[in-house]
This record gives sequence, structure tokens and C-alpha cells, in this order.
Amino acid sequence: MAGFISMRGVEKRFGAFKALTAIDLDVAEGEVVCVIGPSGSGKSTLIRCVTHLEAHDDGEIVVDGVPVRPGKALAQVRREVGMVFQSFNLFPHMSVLRNVMLAPMRVRGVPEAKAERRARDLLTRVGIIEQADKHPDQLSGGQQQRVAIARALAMEPRVLLFDEPTSALDPEMVGEVLDVMKALAKTGVTMVVVTHEMGFARSVADRVIFMDDGMIVEEGRPEEIFDGPREERTRDFLRAVLQH
Amino acid sequence: MDIVETFFNGRVLMESLPLLWIGLRVTLQLGALSIVLGLLLGLFLALARIYGPAPVRFAAKIYIDVFRSIPLLVLLILVYYALPFVGVRLSSFWSATTALTLVSGAYTAEIFRAGIEAIPKGQFEAAAVLGFSWRQTMFEIILPQAVRIVIPPLTNNCINVLKDTALASVVAMPDLLKQATQAQALAANPTPLIGAALIYLAILWPLVILVSRFESRIRVAGR
Repeated sequence: MAGFISMRGVEKRFGAFKALTAIDLDVAEGEVVCVIGPSGSGKSTLIRCVTHLEAHDDGEIVVDGVPVRPGKALAQVRREVGMVFQSFNLFPHMSVLRNVMLAPMRVRGVPEAKAERRARDLLTRVGIIEQADKHPDQLSGGQQQRVAIARALAMEPRVLLFDEPTSALDPEMVGEVLDVMKALAKTGVTMVVVTHEMGFARSVADRVIFMDDGMIVEEGRPEEIFDGPREERTRDFLRAVLQH
Repeated sequence: MDIVETFFNGRVLMESLPLLWIGLRVTLQLGALSIVLGLLLGLFLALARIYGPAPVRFAAKIYIDVFRSIPLLVLLILVYYALPFVGVRLSSFWSATTALTLVSGAYTAEIFRAGIEAIPKGQFEAAAVLGFSWRQTMFEIILPQAVRIVIPPLTNNCINVLKDTALASVVAMPDLLKQATQAQALAANPTPLIGAALIYLAILWPLVILVSRFESRIRVAGR
């Protein structure tokens, strides 16, 4: 059965480097999928292809029945898919509140008053309503990332992609972002999370995918992957990251 | 002969002030108009140069290179003295405005391009994923940030345009310099020229200081 997101035989090359090889992946509605693997294994490229930030070279990606390819349909895909970046990418020249309000107003035509009400609700939900009128550079990394999550949620996406959302954060700020994501996972939003946080993957994911060399090496329930990996490469990776 | 009497003659200066004032107004009008039109042309060229289809990108690049290479004085004389042969007859004011705008646009285009290209890729990606159109991305996300970066070099370009307005006197534009030379001829005394030089200084010096202030602020911020 095809999922809400469905990838079939997806390939991606950067010059001579093969970033993704023969990717088959389905994500069901409401599912929380964590993608783990070493740096350069293609995890980020995988989710960047879903929003067409990278154009895949081969195979097919379908989001809610709409194929991901350049053109008119892409706007439809992007309306349903939200993304949170490693480096936050907030708009530095406007207030936090404006960051969250702008896309609903401009892209969905939501009236300003309604967009602001909704933005304030979301900022309350991620716990930074008191920072609403500040500019992003006045916030800590953890706070900025929570704003970025609120900004993505403001578009009411049906699936949220997270590209190593805590990798650029100071260690003491990782928890506050993961807490927001955990709360989000419980609301039934579909999530695909590229992460190095094994604890998060184990406790929140419905399914964990291990990637290496641009391929999906192994996938399964968190306890299957973390407690009894079948593949040698998965075992090596987990041994290396869980040692500390 | 007394140097003060020759170059700093108070009576001659007072008598030439009305002429200098008229010339100053023409200079400022010409400068302001050329700066504004040059900014618009430059922004358009920069966007064409970065985002246009291949032929448009190429044409924009050629335009920018040509108008950065050609001496302004040569261009000015071409516009004023050569265009009438093909039936385009522009007044000295519009000849000067045209030449200044064409050149300023080329420089401004390169400034805007550098500003746009200095914006991190993540800003474009965030805007794309949120569903902003190209136009919205440019005018609401990218350009407001780029403009902040390019204010110092743009101010520098304004200084150049204002200085270059003096070249317009060769096509009989009654600008500040032209009026000063006229007053000098009338009074048989070079004091009006000194007066004009001081007026140029009074206008441009503050701008020059402004630019160095921008630049030192950026150095501090960049540390």
C-alpha cells in the first residue's frame, strides 16, 4: 500500500557522487519516522528531495497522490509539507511574530488579524510567546528553532520534515526543542525526523530507518533497530554513537 | 597680485551667489534623478543577471560590462552630439540624466547582485518550502536583507554620480560648475570657481564620512 509519502526507486547524484541509491520508502499518515545514519549517508538529501529543494534524478516521489516535480503541482506539495532546518533559517529582518504570520497571509491569504491570533497561539504552544516582538537574533538557538517549528506549523502542513533540528544547538538547548517535537508527535502530525538524537528516536519514533552510503540499510520499530539490529553496518554505527 | 583678492574675493563671491544657487539646484536635480533612475535600472539588471533565462542573463552581463567600461564623458558626448544624427534630440539636462543613469545602473546592478548573492541559501530554501512565490521571496525576504548589506556601496555610488554631474557642463548644462565658470568669466576673477568647489565639498564630505562610518561599523560587527 502506498503511503502518504511514497518514494520509489529514487536516485540522486551530485556530480560523480551518488547521494541516494534505489530509495523505496513509504510514510503513512500520522506516522513518526526517524532517519539515522552517519554523516554523508544521504539522510538530509532524502528529505530535501521530498520538498524538491533537491531535484531527484530518477525514480518517483509522491506526496498525497501528487508527484513531486517542478511545475504547478509543486506548490500543492509544498502546501502540505513543512520543513524545519538545522540552521533555523528564520527571517532576520522581521519580528518573531511576523516570521510566523507572514506565510499564512501571503501564501494562504489568511487575513492579518486571524494570522496574528494563530501565530500567537502557536508561539504559546512552543513556549516563547513572551519573545513574540523580538527579532530572531535576540533569541537563543533553542528558542529560534522553536520559532521555526511554529512557523512551519502555521501553514498547517500535513507532514513535517525535520533536518537535524538539534545539531546546531548548544547541548543545554537540545532538550527544549526535543520536548516540543515530542508534544507534536503526540498530536498525530506525520513527521519525518533526520536526527542524531538516538534517545529521541527510540522513545518517539514509530519506525526507525538506518541509512548508509545513500541506501536504506535497515528499518523497523525502534526496539528492533536499537536492541537487535540485523545488519552489521547498523550494529557498527550504533556501537560508535552509543558508546559515549 | 594679492592671492586673497584673486581667489577669495568676497565681493565677487557675493555677486556670483545667485548664479551658483541656480547651478546648485540644477546639479541636485540632475544628481537625484540619475540616482533614483540608476537604482531602478540597477535592480532590474541585477535580477535579470541572476534570474533571467540564459539570453537575458547574457544581455544583462554585456550591458553591465560595457557601461562600466565606457568613460562617462565619452558616453555623454555620444548621447548629446551623436544621437541627433538618428533623430533623437535630447536637451542637455536629459542627455546628462540619460548618460548618468545608464552608467550608474551598471554599477548599481553589480552592487545589488553582490548583496543578493550574500544572502544565505537557507533564506531562499525556507521561503520556498513555505510556498512563497519568486516575487514574494524577492521583495519580502531577500531584498529587504540585501538592501541593508548594500547601503554603504550604494552611498558610495551616489557620491560618484553627484561628482560626475559636473561633467554635464561640457554639454552646456547650466549646472553648478557651468554657472561658476560663467560667473568667473563675468567677474574676470576665479573666486566663483572656488565657491563652487566649496559647495561640492559641503555636499559630498558628509556623504563620504557617512560611508566610512558604515564601513567601520561593519568591520566591528564582522569581528
